[in-house]
Amino acid sequence: MIKFVLMVNQQGQTRLSRYYEPVELSRRAALEAAVVRCCLSRNKEQCSFVEYKDFRLVYRQYAALYVVMGVTHSENELSIYELIQNFVEVLDKYFSRVSELDIMFNLDSVHIILDEMIQNGHVVETNKSRVLAPLTAINKMVDG
Amino acid sequence: MPAVSKGDGMRGLAVFISDIRNCKSKEAEVKRINKELANIRSKFKGDKALDGYSKKKYVCKLLFIFLLGHDIDFGHMEAVNLLSSNKYTEKQIGYLFISVLVNSNSDLIRLINNAIRNDLASRNPTFMNLALHCIANVGSREMAEAFVSEIPRILVAGDTMDSVKQSAALCLLRLNRTCPDLVPMGEWTARVVHLLNDQHLGVVTAATSLIATLAQKSPDDFKTSVSLAVARLSRIVTSAAIDLQDYTYYFVAAPWLSVKLLRLLQCYPPPEDAALRSRLTECLETILSKAQEPPKSKKVQHSNAKNAVLFEAITLIIHHDNEPNLLVRACNQLGQFLQHRETNLRYLALESMCTLASSEFSHEAVKTHIETVINALKTERDVSVRQRAVDLLYAMCDRSNAKQIVAEMLSYLETADYSIREEIVLKVAILAEKYAVDYTWYVDTILNLIRIAGDYVSEEVWYRVIQIVINRDDVQGYAAKTVFEALQAPACHENLVKVGGYILGEFGNLIAGDPRSSPLVQFSLLHSKFHLCSVPTRALLLSAYIKFINLFPEVKGTIQDVLRSDSQLRNADVELQQRAVEYLRLSCIASTDILATVLEEMPPFPEKESSILAKLKKKKGSSKLPDLNDARRNINGSTNHTEDTETAEKVSTHSFTDKLNVNSTPSTGASLLVDVFSDVSNTPAPNDVSEEHFLRFVCKNNGVIFENQLLQIGLKSEYRQNLGRMYVFYGNKTSTQFLSFSSSVSSNDLLQTQLNIHTKTVDPVIDGGAQVQQILNIECLSDFSDAPVLHIQFRYGGALQNIAVKLPVMLNKFFQPTEMTSQDFFQRWKQLGAPQQEVQKIFKAQHQMDSDVAKAKLLGFGVALLDGVDPNPANFVGAGIIHSKTTQVGCLIRLEPNTQAQMYRLTLRTSKDSVSQRLCELLSEQF
Repeated sequence: MIKFVLMVNQQGQTRLSRYYEPVELSRRAALEAAVVRCCLSRNKEQCSFVEYKDFRLVYRQYAALYVVMGVTHSENELSIYELIQNFVEVLDKYFSRVSELDIMFNLDSVHIILDEMIQNGHVVETNKSRVLAPLTAINKMVDG
Repeated sequence: MPAVSKGDGMRGLAVFISDIRNCKSKEAEVKRINKELANIRSKFKGDKALDGYSKKKYVCKLLFIFLLGHDIDFGHMEAVNLLSSNKYTEKQIGYLFISVLVNSNSDLIRLINNAIRNDLASRNPTFMNLALHCIANVGSREMAEAFVSEIPRILVAGDTMDSVKQSAALCLLRLNRTCPDLVPMGEWTARVVHLLNDQHLGVVTAATSLIATLAQKSPDDFKTSVSLAVARLSRIVTSAAIDLQDYTYYFVAAPWLSVKLLRLLQCYPPPEDAALRSRLTECLETILSKAQEPPKSKKVQHSNAKNAVLFEAITLIIHHDNEPNLLVRACNQLGQFLQHRETNLRYLALESMCTLASSEFSHEAVKTHIETVINALKTERDVSVRQRAVDLLYAMCDRSNAKQIVAEMLSYLETADYSIREEIVLKVAILAEKYAVDYTWYVDTILNLIRIAGDYVSEEVWYRVIQIVINRDDVQGYAAKTVFEALQAPACHENLVKVGGYILGEFGNLIAGDPRSSPLVQFSLLHSKFHLCSVPTRALLLSAYIKFINLFPEVKGTIQDVLRSDSQLRNADVELQQRAVEYLRLSCIASTDILATVLEEMPPFPEKESSILAKLKKKKGSSKLPDLNDARRNINGSTNHTEDTETAEKVSTHSFTDKLNVNSTPSTGASLLVDVFSDVSNTPAPNDVSEEHFLRFVCKNNGVIFENQLLQIGLKSEYRQNLGRMYVFYGNKTSTQFLSFSSSVSSNDLLQTQLNIHTKTVDPVIDGGAQVQQILNIECLSDFSDAPVLHIQFRYGGALQNIAVKLPVMLNKFFQPTEMTSQDFFQRWKQLGAPQQEVQKIFKAQHQMDSDVAKAKLLGFGVALLDGVDPNPANFVGAGIIHSKTTQVGCLIRLEPNTQAQMYRLTLRTSKDSVSQRLCELLSEQF
């Protein structure tokens, strides 16, 4: 299962964090810092899966932003790797070319999207239009 | 899609975020955040009721602040209020706040439950979804209890919307994880399984996650899912991309669902039904074949998604391990990936192949890729990929390629990353031992390991080579020759000196015939390293020297000179000094026969599982380690060594093992090299007080009072009148530091008035292999019968260890022996004639009735033995005075053995009944 989803920029600032297993606040900062250090220290030629403590990190870099998922060993790494891509593509579709700022200013929408795609550390929906359905409904209400 | 404005119109939020981003320093950021928190707090507390929009805005700000790592201790109530809003956005933000910020034991749960109940009943699918997400995210027991019967009903109801079903499935999954006892398996399981047939692939995806998890716990309940999963998988695999339009990702049909179905199937053995099995085999073959087809898209997402399914299919093939054809095809496919330009694929292929190597059908096929894997070890730029290559080499190793693989690993070790060196060392050591046909190769390999990566060679590894050399006489001469040669190097690792010292001490005679390695040359070579070594190694070398005196009488003079030198005899280290003194005396007074007996060659070690393997398992977690256990018995055939604890104990006071036991005080029971066999796993020490060895200390003052896998505690004590001093030695048996080490002594209330113990503090850090000493000063105030308890606490690895040991401070320690004439004895005996002053006990002998032993024990107990007092020479009579600060208690003892009946009668008379009682208790346990 997926233990957490993080979006962290190159300066190490967390832009999104979602934990599917309880982690104390005091330990989150340390974990997030360690995770981003781990990703930053790697170059493009290295593989996107890293052993970290008793689980594994799967990460993808988009410009200055890293999307990292901590997964147990039973997860299929490539499917998680593509799940990240799918998630970013959904964000891209919603924000029409998503940027770090979009994520910061629309944290609630990003959370809605993430919650539609992953629940409890499991993939629940991968179809882009269906993921975006609740948000589309809201925006219609606002427009109408 | 409408264009989304920054911040959805929440200007305040946008300004706040911009402010934070413009902060130049952490301090400025904290200041800005505190200002905002104060602002929000005052708004929440204000008289003016906030509208939904403002509440939403503030909750968003709090979420942002929380994300930056600041704790949020208010706003929960406002979030709960948002839950009852009718506006979706407000409700959503309320739920979001709660699922991110509320932990499962919050006292708000009841209020939240109310809102959830309303939303679940609303029949509005979006509201229901939010409520279900919230239950799943918070997942507290109280919530589970409130909704556990409701959720399965929602999940299987015919009229539930698809998206609600998805949420309900994942919600149930969470409740099952947190409160499995509450989630009943029952009538709904069959209907859940049928969700695999649902038209909607989103529902199938969610259901598969749920079923796969539940099936792991109770496979029988979900057996029927196998056929449905195979059918579903088959439809996906064979579908044209167009059929599953919505769930096709870069021309791959439903990749995530396929992966999940394949994973669900891994909960079960291959289907027994032939038709079903062939359908599954067909699916797997199709997946394998698709990998060979030209890609439908050049996009990397396409091949990644395709390969995600492929890897999961291969995992299933390996899990079933019954179709040789599929296994070999899988292996060939992975072989192709080994040379792929994508690092991710190479990494996964190495990992997957590692499990494939353990299948008998594909082991040979895996072996054909050895050159590629070795090449990966040399050329991969990513240490984690190289790590996988090492794992795979280890897994594919067998007798046919062991020499090649070990040689490659050794040569890689020279440049290997520090992070994985220790593991490679362990792996090489295990492979070399396991596949050694001739043990000269094994010895060479281990010495090479020490030469190349001495710092990473743990104790287990060098203990092991010694065990093997001692157990195999065909390799002893070679080992002696090889270590002798290795020691010639101007700079050699301390571990090599240890192995060298031990082996030459045991088997140096086998190469002494050659004038180039004559006894004197051997000795000089070892001694030239002496001054560069740490205390434990020096101690070991001193033992090797005394062994030399036995092996080679001609160097006795030289070695005695060394032992006699001030740097040994007056060494600041107690252990070294004591060894030097004892060995020197031993060499001077013992006859050649005695010397030969005392310093006899070590007997073979009993065979158990290699402690190195145990260590590697511990390091890697045994589940991840390919099973190499099959032929562990091939190390040697010697079974004649039966070392029961009784003899071990007796022998060890003089044997070489004990002298090697550098962590302990001299003349102690247990020995280090025997302990090497024990599992070094980190078992938390028992919390109850250890008094296992307590009684052994009644008649002696020195020895090991406590020992577990981590720590050994030795004692040396001396007493004079009512005062005593105890030296406690804490030996760290591991190679890791003990941190936050502390020890203290406690006594119960009564004992505190009877016994004064002053403790000196110890250093909080004990290095691996090191020993620290603590001094306890003891004063006996009045007679006592309890014993103080020594409490030790320290951190090993992450774990806190607690140990409590009953300290052997007993009343008889404060004995002063008293000599007296027969006449005096009987006079006093009569004086102490009151009934409460005499205590008598008749008991069965627990040990062999030996008069010398009994005598030694009585002397150790502290009394003077009076000869010629008792008319029966077989009886013992003794006298002494117990000293305390307040009083002195005279004490007379008579012990009458009856060898025929194997019984003793013990009689004590003292001027104080409690003293008589206590002394009798203590002494009667000793015979």
